[in-house]
Amino acid sequence: MTESTVSDGIHYHQFDVVIVGAGGAGMRAAIEAAPHASTAVITKLYPTRSHTGAAQGGMAAALANVEDDNAEWHTYDTVKGGDYLVDQDAAEILTREAIDAVLDLENMGLPFNRTEDGKIDQRRFGGHTRDHGKAPVRRACYAADRTGHMILQTLYQNCVKHGVNFFNEFYALDLVMTEVDGVKRVAGVVAYELATGEIHVFQGKSVVFATGGFGKIFKTTSNAHTLTGDGVGIIWRKGLPLEDMEFYQFHPTGLAGLGILLTEGARGEGAILRNASGERFMERYAPTIKDLAPRDIVARSMVQEVLDGRGAGPHKDYVYLDCTHLGAEVLETKLPDITEFARTYLGVDPVVERVPVYPTAHYAMGGIPTNNDAEVLSDNDTVVPGLYAAGECACVSVHGSNRLGTNSLLDINVFGKRAGNNAVTYAKTADFVPLPTDAADNVVGWLTQLRASTGTESVAEIRKELQETMDRNAQVFRTEDTLNEAAAAVRDLRTRYLGVAVRDKGKRFNTDLLEAVELGFLLDLAEVLVVCALNRKESRGGHMRDDYPKRDDENYMQHTMAYLSGDAHSAESTDHIRLDWKPVRKTIYEPTERKY
Amino acid sequence: MATHESEKNEPGTPREARVEAGDPQAQAAEAGDATTTDGQAVSASEPGTAIGGEVAAGPETTGGEPVADPAPPAEAAEEIEEPKSFTVTVNVRRYDPEVDDEPKWVDYDVEMYPTERILDALHRIKWEQDSTLAFRRSCAHGVCGSDAMRINGRNRLACKALIKDFDISKPIYVEAIKGLPLEKDLIVDMEPFFDSFREIQPFLQATGKPEKERHQTIAQRERFDDTTKCILCAACTTSCPVFWTDGQYFGPAAIVNAHRFIFDSRDEASQVRLDILNDKEGVWRCRTTFNCTDACPRGIEVTKAIAEVKAAMTSGRVS
Repeated sequence: MTESTVSDGIHYHQFDVVIVGAGGAGMRAAIEAAPHASTAVITKLYPTRSHTGAAQGGMAAALANVEDDNAEWHTYDTVKGGDYLVDQDAAEILTREAIDAVLDLENMGLPFNRTEDGKIDQRRFGGHTRDHGKAPVRRACYAADRTGHMILQTLYQNCVKHGVNFFNEFYALDLVMTEVDGVKRVAGVVAYELATGEIHVFQGKSVVFATGGFGKIFKTTSNAHTLTGDGVGIIWRKGLPLEDMEFYQFHPTGLAGLGILLTEGARGEGAILRNASGERFMERYAPTIKDLAPRDIVARSMVQEVLDGRGAGPHKDYVYLDCTHLGAEVLETKLPDITEFARTYLGVDPVVERVPVYPTAHYAMGGIPTNNDAEVLSDNDTVVPGLYAAGECACVSVHGSNRLGTNSLLDINVFGKRAGNNAVTYAKTADFVPLPTDAADNVVGWLTQLRASTGTESVAEIRKELQETMDRNAQVFRTEDTLNEAAAAVRDLRTRYLGVAVRDKGKRFNTDLLEAVELGFLLDLAEVLVVCALNRKESRGGHMRDDYPKRDDENYMQHTMAYLSGDAHSAESTDHIRLDWKPVRKTIYEPTERKY
Repeated sequence: MATHESEKNEPGTPREARVEAGDPQAQAAEAGDATTTDGQAVSASEPGTAIGGEVAAGPETTGGEPVADPAPPAEAAEEIEEPKSFTVTVNVRRYDPEVDDEPKWVDYDVEMYPTERILDALHRIKWEQDSTLAFRRSCAHGVCGSDAMRINGRNRLACKALIKDFDISKPIYVEAIKGLPLEKDLIVDMEPFFDSFREIQPFLQATGKPEKERHQTIAQRERFDDTTKCILCAACTTSCPVFWTDGQYFGPAAIVNAHRFIFDSRDEASQVRLDILNDKEGVWRCRTTFNCTDACPRGIEVTKAIAEVKAAMTSGRVS
């Protein structure tokens, strides 16, 4: 551990590379960086608590261990799955480097399931097909339905091996940028230490953001309580753009009423979605690959079934995931965790009963724009020197308007590794950018104000109302009217947030204060999401506008870029959000109508 | 940061059924004491609603693919029975290091549905009654390992402990896990726990760089499957009476993670880890009380794993 100094009650640390976040992307970056440069990982959770560990089904790579497959087919599926909003050169990198990414993990110790001949086994997953859509293909490398858990553990184990410096339960709250010769450069990160309430400034030559998603803007979500978009929010508040924020993925099979994830790998192993009358309804929506259609299509089909009165249950508000024909052995050996989740949380045994499921907010396709080297962009082309982002918080964009299952565990490994490598290379040639003397003032002032608040608004109440309006108005189906309703609600909640109450005035483990801080990020990101969704008057991938049901390539085959401009606290979003477009990079795949 | 002695976290549960060190029978009694509070079936759309009473038809396969079920499953009764909530008293052992000299029990009444979790109760307290309550949580469905706590004297994950499994005619007691320094309310210092984990060299050690993946048979992979499930929640280690009295003991979780590598056919450092655990604070401190196995929220056979590590030490063979 490097020395730190204390000045005016603020702790100062210096590392070549500062990584924010200890999920898959952050730790994959750390494994690249730590052997070559002094590296710190700042994480709001203990690394093994990160939500990468909740991923279940697999990680895509065209290893062709069990049947014919290649990276080009994988690229095609990724581009088509993303409804052609994918930057195709980025998808080529993703699928080409997928094979080494899986082998890296295996060599690091990841216990993948094995084939009869001892190789890494592979299973089917939604949207992954043989030869450009002909039939489902076995491309997902997996470890039971705990692939994310194994990845997180393996990466943490290897961070232990490399002696990575972790700052556990440190909440990054601000990014420090210094202008040098007219260019804004990265200088470091300001963080809050949960245990003590003290402020730390981490000076770094390069900084990697790997802070995950923000599913907690929704009520029904597979996301952890801690997924509040802090990193994406910090970038937004610095005036850097966010890309494609309207594209949010709803995973088809959340446990009904709870949102807990049941892997798509269940359908990969043969499970079937049925409506109240037992009909395999996906045959009507995606005749070729049926239940293994991409998530946006399956989620919409499920909601449509419920809207048309074919939902199951006393309120007819869910459908069934039928695993009963898979047999106890497949469930117990290949899908043990989801089997247990259904038993524990719904009292339903998937071996003999159908499991009530409904779409659950799962994954942000959009986020911090980066180029293929994981460098963060300050507009369509300009790189912020020294700043990198990878994983769910970033938007490369390899997922376009809809991510394929198993491509996110892949994303964190491929682009986490790139971010780590490039951050080290940069740090080796760059000098430290001087910290401004007031580096921590912003955070100190903000927290002091929150602690001193005499307001009476409840964090929990505002958050609950936010989540409810987002579920009601900005979920699987959206219209101008519902989005306007969401926008009005968010505007009102943002105003109320200014009078939010923090009861815990203490320094130690003040989770009351942190929940208020996190709520601020959630509100900012929900506002951006809704504004972007209103602006995109077409339907594409995860963004379904009932009032504009068709994809409109002429006007909207481009990425949304949102900028904070003006007073972030002003009530009207038009006062402080500016929207722009960024072209999609195409290689060989011409957009066609998306059918499965 | 460990400013408090682990004794700080000592006062026991004010409850007769407290599980004493290493008495599996007491634990069984404790478990048996947990009754379902009402006859309601679980719900999907609302906590506590009946799902519909149907059991899906068995496998009907034609040409390997199940066909649509001709007879729709019987839906729930015409009149929908809405879920009933009830008041549960949750007694939380609170401790604010900036104010309190000693931890104290504070009780809260919360409205709960039977299928909700203890974590929901804690959130309801924090979000509706007293936002100063501090506890860790993240995924809320038993995979991240943040919220291990002592609930009615047993180590559980708060997000996997359902209200319906408790006798709610009595208060439910919730306190921090034992044996690690208490920091605030339900939060302990996890560093000593992770130190032990790191000491057993918890990473694959293998020479040579294979061209592709290292091969492993299905049986070789199965050999250590159970111990790959560990989420490092510390429920096992902090239920161990040896660990309570001797904070230097590696504890079950570290041994479980050593087991995960010792029995991995790809690993070449089994002997190194066996030597580490052959220490006086190693596996031989285990008194096989099975507390750890009972406490594991992932269903890992912890005591069996420890026994296998012991056997490998005595026989000098890993098999």
